[in-house]
Order: sequence, then structure tokens, then C-alpha cells
Amino acid sequence: MSNMSYFESVYAIWMREIKVFFREKERVVSAIITPLMWIFAFGGGLGASVAISGVNYQQFIFPGILSMAVLFGSIFYGMYIIWDRKLDFLKAVLVAPVPRSAVFLGKMLGGMSDVLVQVTGLLVIGLVFSFVPSVAMALLAICAAMLVAMCMVSLGLVIGANMKSPEGFNLVMSFVMWPMFLSSGALFPLRNLPWYLDIIVNLNPLSYGVDLFQFCLLGTTQRGILLDVLVLIGFSAVFIAVGTKAFEKMQV
Amino acid sequence: MAAKKSAISIRALSKKYGKLCAVDKISLEIPEGEVFALLGPNGAGKTTTLSMLCGLLEPSAGSASVAGFDVEKQALAVRQSIGVVFQQPSVDDLLSGKENLEMHALLYGVPADGRKERIEYMLKLVGLSERQNSNVKEYSGGMRRRLEIARGLMHHPKVLFLDEPTVGLDPQTRSHIWKYIHEMPKREGTTIVFTTHYLEEAEQFADRVAIIDHGKVLAVGKPSDLVAQLGGDTVVLGTADQKTLMKMMKRMKFAKNVRLENGKVCASISDLHQNLPKLLRTAKSVNSIEIRPATLNEVFIKYTGANIREDSAEGGFWERMMSRNK
Repeated sequence: MSNMSYFESVYAIWMREIKVFFREKERVVSAIITPLMWIFAFGGGLGASVAISGVNYQQFIFPGILSMAVLFGSIFYGMYIIWDRKLDFLKAVLVAPVPRSAVFLGKMLGGMSDVLVQVTGLLVIGLVFSFVPSVAMALLAICAAMLVAMCMVSLGLVIGANMKSPEGFNLVMSFVMWPMFLSSGALFPLRNLPWYLDIIVNLNPLSYGVDLFQFCLLGTTQRGILLDVLVLIGFSAVFIAVGTKAFEKMQV
Repeated sequence: MAAKKSAISIRALSKKYGKLCAVDKISLEIPEGEVFALLGPNGAGKTTTLSMLCGLLEPSAGSASVAGFDVEKQALAVRQSIGVVFQQPSVDDLLSGKENLEMHALLYGVPADGRKERIEYMLKLVGLSERQNSNVKEYSGGMRRRLEIARGLMHHPKVLFLDEPTVGLDPQTRSHIWKYIHEMPKREGTTIVFTTHYLEEAEQFADRVAIIDHGKVLAVGKPSDLVAQLGGDTVVLGTADQKTLMKMMKRMKFAKNVRLENGKVCASISDLHQNLPKLLRTAKSVNSIEIRPATLNEVFIKYTGANIREDSAEGGFWERMMSRNK
């Protein structure tokens, strides 16, 4: 297969994901609404009595909520494969003369695009309510979001490719998504933590994403952005490799 | 027939799920250009066989080649040579008919030069030109099927696989679909393999039929040959004394395959209009009579011992969706 048609296949699958995303209005709306509730209801409520490191609480959790939007959007996206599989849509793609790595790549780019649309929407709202100080910082955050989304979407696809039925959905929520979110430092600063939480935080790829977003939007970093970027790239590489393998082995 | 090249050759192909043998050492040769039917009830192993031929499922044992390529070792080349229409809808709801074809044209490497024309041609061929920009969500079941057939044939495949192409559709739409399936590939010389549990579809549209049940091929041949092998129409006789009647009938030359079916004596009678009076003159104790004309259904009963309709209650995807919504 020539390079040309390889990228045409990737493009075809990517395009499909984008069209589907924008045509399922419920998905777009809920992807934006949930983070907003965290910022205004949770952040506004707790922020009334708490301020962290000199910034108001809503401003502090904004990068964390961006990470949450990326995490939840990515994993949900990955798990949509199960629905594709319930219909025969996935079969129709798998039976096409396309290397499975191209299918994975197209799906990954599609998921990243969906997530970036959500992130951009949230950043615009953040600018309006001045949780985000400047447009330049928002643009920087979008660059960071690409990296975080690559990592999380590949993780989502790894999970989706290995799930056989939607029944495992709640398990993934309870054992992957919430623990990753809650131990990422999205809602509280990672200082003076109990030792066990400290270990979990360090193993959680999302912590590095939160730190990166905090650097972009608050100007503070606890680990240094070089480490953040390297760790996220490392995790992405592992997830992409595992996910491609899972797609190659996928049977119907 | 012997001069033709094989489009598909299957050698002792098997698929096991734990102890269950879904496909049990199936062997078949299907020559190029043939329309071939896999006929059997739901759960007979038809779809599993098809999935293995498409390279979507790994065989447990045996081998198969499609268009000259081994399904396991040359999966990509196989996939390049085939078109598939799945049992459940596999076109994308949220894309329009045209967008679905555009996407698959890219996936199948239909050359950019002439791609647009090919898509337009296929849409016209299946009668969807006017609805090409509507989302598939708004299509009827028959329109979806037609779109899938267009998709399956767009890249000039050597072999087209269709899994229950008309299940869940009304009779009028079914005959419509068959018009497309039957005419188009003939024009392009495509070999067609379809599965069905509608006997009349196999009888009417297939050059040859393989009767499959419990993962095994029970009979292969032209529908007319298979029917001819029955040796005539089936007569079912009710009597108080079955043993005597059976003994007597077994001596008659025109009665074949004499057997008991639900307490009644059953046999295939050749030249029914001449031989039935003879039979009734000799057999005095008959108290009921039923005649079943020689059809593929009788062939099916002969080989499987059951009527195909009895265990075909499970409908297609759409029927199931509909009943869920009720």
C-alpha cells in the first residue's frame, strides 16, 4: 500500500469522526456543560470560602477542569468503539484493505479533534469570565491540550478496543476515570499529601497534564514542563503501541 | 465448470468456540462468476464462515483462499479483492449516503481520478441519486441495504459477500434488492456468495446452493438437481397400521425414502399424478393424505430433519430494533 493511500485512509476515518461529532449535538453540548458545572457550581461554591496560592479558587481549578474535559471526552470517545461494534459499522472499516494502524491513527486524530473543540470552547468561556488571563495563554493551553489529548485518547482507544460490551462502562468510570481525575491535582494543590496519594499522583499521567495546563494558564509548575512533556509523550507512545496491537488483533 | 478458475476454495475450514464447533470442517469450491448460496437456519455457521472468508475471524483449523489469496497469510490482498454487505446495518447513520461512499472510496483506494464519477454511477445504479445528501438516519431499511450494496460493489471487487441481504425487509423491497444484487455483478463478472434462510431466494437466485446446519455442509448442488434427487413430490399418509403400509410401500419402485414423520408415513413419489392412484388402490387403510411438492424446502427437511422456518424466528436487526421500541 502506498503512502498516499495510507494517509487517505487515515483522513477518511478522521473525517468521519469529526462529522459524527458535530452531528451528534447531544455529545457536543454535554461535553461543554459538565465542565461548566464544575467551574461554576463546585468552583464557585468552594471558592466562596477558599483561595489557593493567591488566585481565586475558580481560577485555580480551571486548568484542572480542562484536564477533566480532556480525560472524560477522550475515554468516552474511546468507548464509543463498543457502539460501533454493536452495529456492524466497525466490521465495514475492519474489512477494508487498510492497515489497522491507519484505523487507529484516524480514530486517534478524530478523538483529538473532538477534544480540542471542547477545550477551545471552554477556553473561550474562560476568557469571557476572566478565569483565563489572556488570549496568548489560551493559545498556549490549546497546544498543551493537543499533547494531553493524544495521551488520553490513545488510552481511551486501548480501553475501548479491549471492551466487548457496554456493561464494563461503569467499571471504567469507577476504576479509571474518577481515580485519574481525583488524583491528578485538578482540584487541590499537590502539597503535603499523604504518602500513598503521592505515589498515585506520580504514576497518573493526567497529573502531568494538569501541571502543564497550570503552567499555561497560571504560570506555575510543580514538576517543570520539560518533565510534563516527556512523561506525556512517553505514556502516549506506550498507549499508541498497545492500542495499535489491540486493533490488529481485533476480531468480530 | 471444470475449466473455470476457483474464486473461492475452502479446505476443511473450522471454527471452534471452546467446545462448540461453529463451523466443522467445511470444504467448498466456488468457481469465478458463480452466484452461490449458503442456506441454513440461524446459528448454522453461515455468518461465521463468511467472517473467516473476509479475514475478520481467524479459523481454528483448515484453510481458505479467496480470489487466489490465502485468507490468513494474505489478508490485505483478500480484503482488496472483496466487497462485503453485512447482516446488520454498517453504513454510518449520521453521514449522508454520498459521504458514506466517499469514505469507503478512500478506504478502498478507489483512484482519485474518476472517484467522483464512480460514486455518482453507483448511487444512480441503486436508485439513490435523489437522496444522496440526506443522512442515512432518514433512509428506509431497503434504502440502507441498497446503499450497502453500492458500497460493496464500488471498488470492482472480484468477490461480493452478502450476509442475509434481505432479512427484515418486506417482500416488495426484497425483490427490488435482488434485482440489484443479481444484475449488477453479472455485468461486472463478480462472484457472489450470499447466506440466507429464505429457501425461495436460494432456489431462485443461486447457481448453486450449499445446505449448512450445525456447522457442516450437508449437500451442495444446483437447486434443480437437489430437488430432482428427492425423486418426486412428498406424500404424507395417515394410517392406523403404519408398519404394514411402510413395508408395502418399500416394495414400490416409484416410492423413495419411505419414513415415519410425526406418526405418519412419508415418502417421495415420482410421477405423482400417475402413481398416487396406484398407491391408494393398494394401500386400503389410509385415512388422511397430504402432498408436499418437491421444493428446496423438502430437500432441506431431508438433510436436516427439520423445517427451516421452525427455528428462524430470530429476525434481522431491524426487526429486533422495532420490537424493542414497541
